Amino acid sequence: MNTPLLEMKNITKEFPGVKALNNVSFQVAYGEIHCLVGENGAGKSTLMKVLSGVYPHGTYSGEIHLGGKIQEFSGIRDSEKAGIAIIYQELALIPEMSVYENIYLGNEIKKGLQIDWNETIKQASAALEKVRLKVNPSTKVKDLGVGKQQLVEIAKALSRDVKLLILDEPTSALNEDDCENLFELLRGLKEHGVTCILISHKLREVIKIADSVTVLRDGQTICTLNAKKGEVSENALIKNMVGREIDNIYPSRIRLQSEKVVLEVKNWNAYDPNLGRAILKDVSFNIKKSEIVGFAGLMGSGRTELALSLFGNPDGYQIKGEMQVKGEKKHFSHPREAIDAGLAYVTEDRKGDGLILIQDIRQNITLANLREISNRGVINNNLEVKIANEYKKNLDIKTPSIEQKVVNLSGGNQQKVSLAKWLFVKPDILILDEPTRGIDVGAKFEIYTIMTRLVEEGMSIIMISSELPEILGMSDRVYIVSEGRVTGELPIESATQEKIMQLATN
Amino acid sequence: MSFFTEFRKLLSENIREYGMYIALFVIMAFFTVATNGLFLSPRNISNLINQTGYIAVLAVGMTLVIVIRHIDLSVGYLSGFLGALAAIAMADPRVIPNGLNLPAFVVIPIILFLGILAGMLTAFMVAQLGIPAFVATLAGWLAYRGALGLVTAGTGTIIISNEIFNALSNGFIPDISVASIETLIAVHKLTLLIGALAIALLIFGQVRDRRTKQSYNFEVLPMNMFILKLVFLSIIVGGITWILAGYNGLSWTVVIVLAVVIIYNFITTQTVLGRHIYAIGGNPEAAQLSGISVKKITYVVFGSMGMLSALCGIMYASRFKSATTTAGQLLELEAIAAAFIGGVSPAGGIGKVIGSLIGALVMGSLSSGMNLMGIDISVQYIVKALVLAAAVIFDVATRSRSK
Repeated sequence: MNTPLLEMKNITKEFPGVKALNNVSFQVAYGEIHCLVGENGAGKSTLMKVLSGVYPHGTYSGEIHLGGKIQEFSGIRDSEKAGIAIIYQELALIPEMSVYENIYLGNEIKKGLQIDWNETIKQASAALEKVRLKVNPSTKVKDLGVGKQQLVEIAKALSRDVKLLILDEPTSALNEDDCENLFELLRGLKEHGVTCILISHKLREVIKIADSVTVLRDGQTICTLNAKKGEVSENALIKNMVGREIDNIYPSRIRLQSEKVVLEVKNWNAYDPNLGRAILKDVSFNIKKSEIVGFAGLMGSGRTELALSLFGNPDGYQIKGEMQVKGEKKHFSHPREAIDAGLAYVTEDRKGDGLILIQDIRQNITLANLREISNRGVINNNLEVKIANEYKKNLDIKTPSIEQKVVNLSGGNQQKVSLAKWLFVKPDILILDEPTRGIDVGAKFEIYTIMTRLVEEGMSIIMISSELPEILGMSDRVYIVSEGRVTGELPIESATQEKIMQLATN
Repeated sequence: MSFFTEFRKLLSENIREYGMYIALFVIMAFFTVATNGLFLSPRNISNLINQTGYIAVLAVGMTLVIVIRHIDLSVGYLSGFLGALAAIAMADPRVIPNGLNLPAFVVIPIILFLGILAGMLTAFMVAQLGIPAFVATLAGWLAYRGALGLVTAGTGTIIISNEIFNALSNGFIPDISVASIETLIAVHKLTLLIGALAIALLIFGQVRDRRTKQSYNFEVLPMNMFILKLVFLSIIVGGITWILAGYNGLSWTVVIVLAVVIIYNFITTQTVLGRHIYAIGGNPEAAQLSGISVKKITYVVFGSMGMLSALCGIMYASRFKSATTTAGQLLELEAIAAAFIGGVSPAGGIGKVIGSLIGALVMGSLSSGMNLMGIDISVQYIVKALVLAAAVIFDVATRSRSK
């Protein structure tokens, strides 16, 4: 076989106290779609940062060969020049600028000292055509959906003659249709000689699209599997990622049949004055004691908005409708009131609106219920430490100390801190919004186990999830939401992926 | 591990926290040498503290404002304006047309209350109307500047003759008289007594804190480093006490500033209110969803800023025994600079009250030291600029290292 496009040899990268990468070798052949998988903290992102020059030459040991030539990048600009482009999970576009301005940002086409806007628009249109995105290049990026924004990012990369395109969790914010489009596009790019590295947690996607897969675990290369040789399967991947076989990641539980309704919502309508449109239309549902109710639907179907509108309405929607908590009519005007009534909401976006990253685990866990550990407004530090340690132990938060800043934890452990914080308010109804997004298989299993324990102890859980296996594996009942409406309710016995997808796209 | 290597390890691990203490120490040591000890003379230190007091008070309030990701530009002229109101309220109507001849203990609470109201007005614009704090307080800057001009228009500088009021920034605590040792040492004995008490409390508190931490199996300083820390702190407190006792003793300014710092330090580190303030600074959305009322906290923080502006205005007017037409000018920027030198993060969520006090002392020491050395005022500004920039560069550098 010819020399590979990219060869990373014996890469070792150390941070104070941790060996993030330990002698990692990684090869990508010309024109393939190569997936990089591994649990959180396995070293995927670090490896890509080494490759793209975020960690410059000299801060790691080992060699990078690109197209047969040894490369020593001292920054992102160098790797861009060599034809490497990275598209991160959080998109790096400027919302207030137009599509064409974004595509050529930092790479402006100039005529003398001026920017040649006509040429820019012309070339941007060509780049958009390559990614099969039909939008007016003058549209502002903020007016596009996430899926389209991602295509703009790819167009931006293509406009710079990219040879190696790296996508970090590209589908985590996309719905099924957008995912399908993206994959179609990646396959197309392959034919144009663009090689792709795809980092993903979604193993089904990996199986669908990968030509080969490299598995990292604990900073080491575990194996590289080849799809053509039939080596790529879900079991093989999971086994290599976690080093063990997980037969069933959804723990079995005793289903307590209770008819006691703890939350009843009737004809719930919400209008978002910022967006200037209705976001929830005539939503009605109920939650019974000790049950897990799944809310399935596509990204943007209104499930997070529903949760927020119930949980004290912090975004100021105009709401019409009726809500009863444990038989009592309620109207919350601040999250505090919702918490007092026995609700808790673990947000979808841990880093954005869930946790305070610069504070330590202890402070995060007690934040929503400082009342319980204080006397006349003065915090009892000893009690706080005791409680934080209890939750650390019960939820198995992996950290040397509760004094650790949350920003330093892995995604799975951050999610556990988030969960601990909301369990400490001792809710009756726990709303989990995408509880396992972006966390690895091992941590997922732990979260599911905790959920199981909680409902067995009498809590009711609303689980918003875009992952159908999770919905089917964990729920007692499923509501399907589409465009702000509840389009169906299925008991778990009769719910299937096909039925849910059909209702979700209804 | 030898004593020295352990010391170095401790220093390098906590450089962020200890950095500004070291900076203050270095600056003071430098000026002491450069002025042949004049800088550290009792009289100079006493003066330095009295001059820094009103900025320290503002810096404490500003710390909280910056922590919740806002800024307050109006506090300088607000304190000038409130100081002028205080002067008028205490003035003799025969000298100043609107004078009320009120006693100081009536005027001071009223002025503090007006300060709170002014802060609430700012909070209303920021929290209720959603105006960015920079703009809202810039409007306040203009308005209070105008208000100060209006109330002093007819009279110009208003001389304050109220002795109790003037003692706040110029007077000293009374001494106890012990006849038997009166002739032996000519020092301020109550000051020494308070100093000794402070050291005892400090050691007691530190030892207790260490024990509690040990009982939770938390990491504590090794014994020799712990003793070194206690000795170091005792020397600092003892040294300052000794210097002050050698002049006129503790000034009322020191008492006021210490009271403010101790109360605010307690609130920020030990109370629910403090947690809520830092939570909002760290992540406002998460704080809101955790049941914290961002609006309420914004009112509290700006209200406290207004009250401390009033206190600053009182101390400033007292210091100069008068209310001038430009009183308070640029104090807001000095307070902001002190807060940043003291390690407050411009991004919000991080910053200690004690840090800002140290920041104010750094600024005060620079002025005092350079004045003693006879350095031109223009050069002084440039030096201060370098120190401010260095402090923030240091902050950024140590923060990115800890990641």
